[in-house]
Formats: sequence, C-alpha cells, structure tokens
Amino acid sequence: MNTLTPVLSAFWDQKDSFTMEGYKRNGGYLALAKALAMDPDKIIEEVKESGLRGRGGAGFPTGMKWGFIPQGDQKDHYLVVNADESEPGTCKDTPLLMANPHVLIEGVIIASYAIRANHAFIYIRGEVTHVVRRVQQAIEDAYSAGLLGKNILGKGFDLELVLHVGAGAYICGEETALLDSLEGFRGQPRLRPPFPAIAGLYARPTVVNNVESIASVPSIIANGAQWFASMGTEKSKGFTLYSLSGHITNPGQFEAPLGITLRELIDMAGGVRAGHKLKFWTPGGSSTPMFTDAHLDVPLDYEGVAAAGSMLGTKALQIFDETTCVVRAVLRWTEFYKHESCGKCTPCREGTWWLVQALKNLENGQGAPEDLEKLLDICDNIMGRSFCALADGAASPIISSLQYFRDEYLEHLKNGGCPFDPAASTIFATAGLR
Amino acid sequence: MNQPISSPYSDKDLAVMDSIVKRYPRTRSAIMPLLHYLQSIEGYVTETGIETIAQILSLESAEVNAVATFYTQYKRKPVGQYHVGICTNTLCAVMGGDAIYQSVLEHLGIENDGVTDDGKVSVEHIECNAACDYAPVVMANWEFYDNQNVESAKDLVDSMRQGNPPPPTRGPDRLVTWKEASAVLAGINDGLAHQGVQAGDPTLLGLKIAKNSKGGE
Ligand SMILES: Cc1cc2nc3c(=O)[nH]c(=O)nc-3n(C[C@H](O)[C@H](O)[C@H](O)COP(=O)(O)O)c2cc1C
Ligand code: SF4
Ligand code: FES
Repeated sequence: MNTLTPVLSAFWDQKDSFTMEGYKRNGGYLALAKALAMDPDKIIEEVKESGLRGRGGAGFPTGMKWGFIPQGDQKDHYLVVNADESEPGTCKDTPLLMANPHVLIEGVIIASYAIRANHAFIYIRGEVTHVVRRVQQAIEDAYSAGLLGKNILGKGFDLELVLHVGAGAYICGEETALLDSLEGFRGQPRLRPPFPAIAGLYARPTVVNNVESIASVPSIIANGAQWFASMGTEKSKGFTLYSLSGHITNPGQFEAPLGITLRELIDMAGGVRAGHKLKFWTPGGSSTPMFTDAHLDVPLDYEGVAAAGSMLGTKALQIFDETTCVVRAVLRWTEFYKHESCGKCTPCREGTWWLVQALKNLENGQGAPEDLEKLLDICDNIMGRSFCALADGAASPIISSLQYFRDEYLEHLKNGGCPFDPAASTIFATAGLR
Repeated sequence: MNQPISSPYSDKDLAVMDSIVKRYPRTRSAIMPLLHYLQSIEGYVTETGIETIAQILSLESAEVNAVATFYTQYKRKPVGQYHVGICTNTLCAVMGGDAIYQSVLEHLGIENDGVTDDGKVSVEHIECNAACDYAPVVMANWEFYDNQNVESAKDLVDSMRQGNPPPPTRGPDRLVTWKEASAVLAGINDGLAHQGVQAGDPTLLGLKIAKNSKGGE
C-alpha cells in the first residue's frame, strides 16, 4: 500500500524545483490567481474547512487563527512566517525552502490577501546561508513577475514581502519573542494577552504561522478543502512532513497523511540501524516527551500522540538505538535549554542551570537515588511557572526519560559513571556495514 | 537619515545601510540586518559599527549593544575566514558530532571559539542546524557540510587552511568567505542562489519511495 502523499515534496526531485520556472511548470501560482478572484473571507472559510492545523508545533487551527484578525479596523495587518526552525530534531522547513521557496511565497500572498495584510515578513534562522539565498532570490523573482508589490496580477492587491534573517537564538522561534526580535529588540517572549492577532508586530493585528502551514495553503486553494480533509484522521486533517533522523538505515523526509505510525515510517526507511533495536525516540522534537519501542503503533496525529502522553510537535522523529545512553542524550538537550533560556524569568533561567548540574553529576555516577526526585522537583518548579513553553520543553526529556529509563539513571550511580561506549553509537561504528 | 552620519564606513556602505533601513515600516527593525552587514565589512561587530547603527537609527549605543549581545551569530572578536560550526546537539553528538568536534579542535590545536594562527579557521560547537537527517552535520560560514565523519571534517579544515575548501554539500559551487556570507544574511543577493543541488538524498527519500511504489502497483 502506498501510504505516502507527496504534495509539498512532489517536485523536489526536479533540478530546478526552486526556480520560478520550475515552480510554474508544476502548476505554481495558479492557486494565487484563483484566490485573488475569491472573497478574502471565503479563503479563510476554505482554510477552516480544510482542517489545516499549525505545523510549527502547537497544532492550532490555521483558519481559526486567521479569523481572529479584526476586519474593518482601519489598522495595518501583518503576516509573519516563522522560518526559525531550531527545535532540536526539526529539519523540514529548511529542505522545503531550499527545494521550493515559491510555494511559501504563493502561500504568503494568499494568506496576506485573506487577512488583509499588505506587509508580510519571513523570519528565517540565520544559520542557513544557502536557504537565505534561495528565499531572497525567489522573493526578487516574484517581484519581477508582478506577484509581489503593487496591484498583484492586476487584481488591485498590494503586498510587500521582506525576508528577515535571525542571528542564532532558539527562543526567537517562540512567536512573541520572534515579533520582538523583528521589531529590533532582544528576542524575549511577551506577556499574553494581548495575543498577536490583536496586538502583534508593531502592536498591530498579526498572524504568525509556520513555513509548512503557509506552504500548505496553495494546494488547499487549488484542490479544495474537501480534498485536504479527505486525508489524515478525524481531527488531524491532511498530509504533513515527517522527518526521520538518527539510528535508522535511511534517514530523511516523508510526506504522509497525519496518523501514520513510526512502525510504518521506519519500515519505509529500511529499518532501525542494522543489527540494532529501537530504544527511544522523540515524536516532535526534543521538547516533546520521548517514546520507546512500546509506542511504535501510536498514530502520529495530534490526538494520538497526546493520548500516549506526548505531543506531535514538529514531527521530528529522532531515533536512538540501544547503544545510546539516555542520560547523555537528556543532559545534552538540557544544556541546550539552559543555553537558550532567554533569562526573562527566574524559574527557567535558574532551573535549567540546576538541571544541568544535577544531570552532570548523575552522568558521572555521583549522587544518590534521591537526586532523581530532586530532578523531578526542579522540573515541577519550572513547568507552568514560566513565561513561555521553552521551560516546559526543558522538563519534557527529563520527566519522560525518568518514566521509562529510571533504572538506567540508577545504573550510572551503581557503576560510578556511564556504562555506555559513545563510540558504539556513532555512524562510523557501522559505516563499513552500510 | 536626516543628519550626515560620521563614521569611517564608505559612502557605498552607508548607502547600503540606508537601503536596509528602508525595507522596514519602522526603522528599528533594521538592527539585525545592519549587524549582519557590519560583519560583512569588518568580520565582526565593532564599537564603531555599533555607534554607526545607533546614529542611523537614532538609538543609544547601549540599545544596539544590548541587541548585538543577545544573538550568538554576532561576533565580538574576529573569527576565521572560514567559521566552522560543529553540531553537538543530541542527535548529531550521538551520531558522531562529539567525536568530530573533539578531534577537529585537537587537530587544529585551538579551543572552542578559537581561531587558527593564520586566521583561516575558527571553530565553535553549534546547536541543531535543521539538518538532522544529514547527521553528523558541520557548517562552514553557515553552509551545509552533510554526513561528516572525523576524517572528512579534519580534511575539510585542512583544505580551508590551504585556501581550497570543497564546495558545500548543499550550497553554491564554492564556499564563500565569512564576510561574503554575512552580506547574504544581511539580505544582499550575491547571485549564487541558482548554484548547487535543490535537495540531497535524504530530502528526497520519501518522494522516491512514493514514486517507486506507485510504479509497482
Ligand atoms: C521555545 C519555542 C520555540 C519555537 N520555535 C518555533 C520554530 O522554530 N518554528 C515555528 O514555526 N514555531 C516555533 N514555535 C511555535 C511558535 O510559537 C508558534 O506557535 C508557531 O509559529 C505558530 O505557527 P503555526 O500555527 O503555523 O504552527 C516555538 C515555540 C516555542 C515555545
Ligand atoms: S520560560 Fe525561559 S525562555 Fe521562556 S521567557 Fe522565561 S526565561 Fe525566557
Ligand atoms: S542535531 Fe545536528 S542538525 Fe539537528
């Protein structure tokens, strides 16, 4: 059975897929012409009916978000695309933009028209020079083709689109920190309410959407809400990009209907690394509680993953086999959160620091079994008591690993250090076998 | 710009900075691209640069400085002509990133954030760079060098010191310098977007499988 549904990725194998010519040859910008002939409210309706939910992690219904923008308010509206892609494990927007920046631009124009924005921004992380080139060139080509700027396609709609390049701060992926960053401040999250739909960029009504969310819009307009909704599961409609990485035979991107399982995906990826077995994995990046081989058949949609105790997140499936020390993995992620904590609130700033110290001790076999409770206590203290979801993300790997691998932590204490050989986890260990 | 800016930058550079400011509905939004642009001129963010941006945007230098210090890509001292970032976030670290990082530092005889004496290469460990399906990942001037191992990474930095690095795996036909890359990040088009592959094999894996199974049905 063919369980894959390449839509966004359908033409990525054509050498010039990233050019205007390549995109148009495959039907690009036809949805735009259709959209500009529609009433903007009808577009919002269509996106609502499709069931499209945000692909940036939280899964908020996209059409509903657009519908929150007050209309007839005489204010400027903004669309901001979140291309910050920095959640550990997440690697879908970057290849999408490298292979086909125009599908995002077409989505941006349609979305801006729908929410009545005449100014849009793409906020892209700064550590991807060639992707910046591709998006910049695509924007310039869209201007030259009359698809951006004044009176787009002669339909009277004006849109300016600016590419804004970040400079290395994970927290700027959080939508309100992103807006502060785009306004020229340190990227720190804002107190909500007011939500961006009411007071976003420059305190004006703003929609912030992930790259994949906006890139999905042209296909919905072209093929209809029903077509999109016919894929996926009851509450998680459509197709999406799943990214497999780590200890599997063939890592890569898989575009499939929501609800596919890791078992099916691993199967297509040629299995777990030869001679090894699955130990733990993240369903949606490091901020989503980890799973084990007991979760291979969990439907990878918003509800299925939540019911099993985690979150679909960014669908970043990081696979680790039995050679991997879970304490080492969790410590490294925790160091990441400590480094990336923006420092605005004390529980997160200090808590992540303490978590790193405690985990380091445990990794070195120092401490006592009671320290595991201390870890959970600190997690308890930062979760829900901090300003933004970074802190919850920091607690997730710790709490979930203690749930499934408590014995392995204790093993470090008994052993007086890590019982694993890191060399056995590397791909060089098996390079000859491939 | 109402008042003439007193700075050591050329008129051409100041004109580019002016065009960067004009991209935005509100001028302050231009801080980040202006900082990237400074790095394209001087390689890092200097005091003079901060003061110039402050003048252009009518801000206090301290305000610009507060922004510059928040973001890790803005450097406060010179980096190498080729700035190498080795991913040591969990997935890459486990797959070999830790080993690569340690051996490259040892090989070059420098520490994290250090620069080789010839000024050619600097190294820092970096967080997940959105390329986990190409792990272990090494970046150079923020271009992708995919699927690295200890030997390939050492060869890569050696070739940089000899002045002939290979092109990135997914990037233009030649590795641009740190300053050149910084201009791209400031939004200045260097005309190289059409070079290089549209996608690597892992990016295309699902598509390939979908096509094969269709053909077989
Ligand atoms: C710490 C943190 C980092 C985030 N990073 C990203 C990111 O890189 N890209 C993204 O699209 N959303 C990210 N998000 C989620 C955004 O806040 C926001 O929910 C999303 O951009 C909304 O778009 P969507 O509705 O289309 O998913 C992050 C959230 C948090 C708390
Ligand atoms: S939870 Fe952490 S990252 Fe979020 S605002 Fe507070 S300190 Fe900053
Ligand atoms: S962990 Fe290295 S690129 Fe994602």
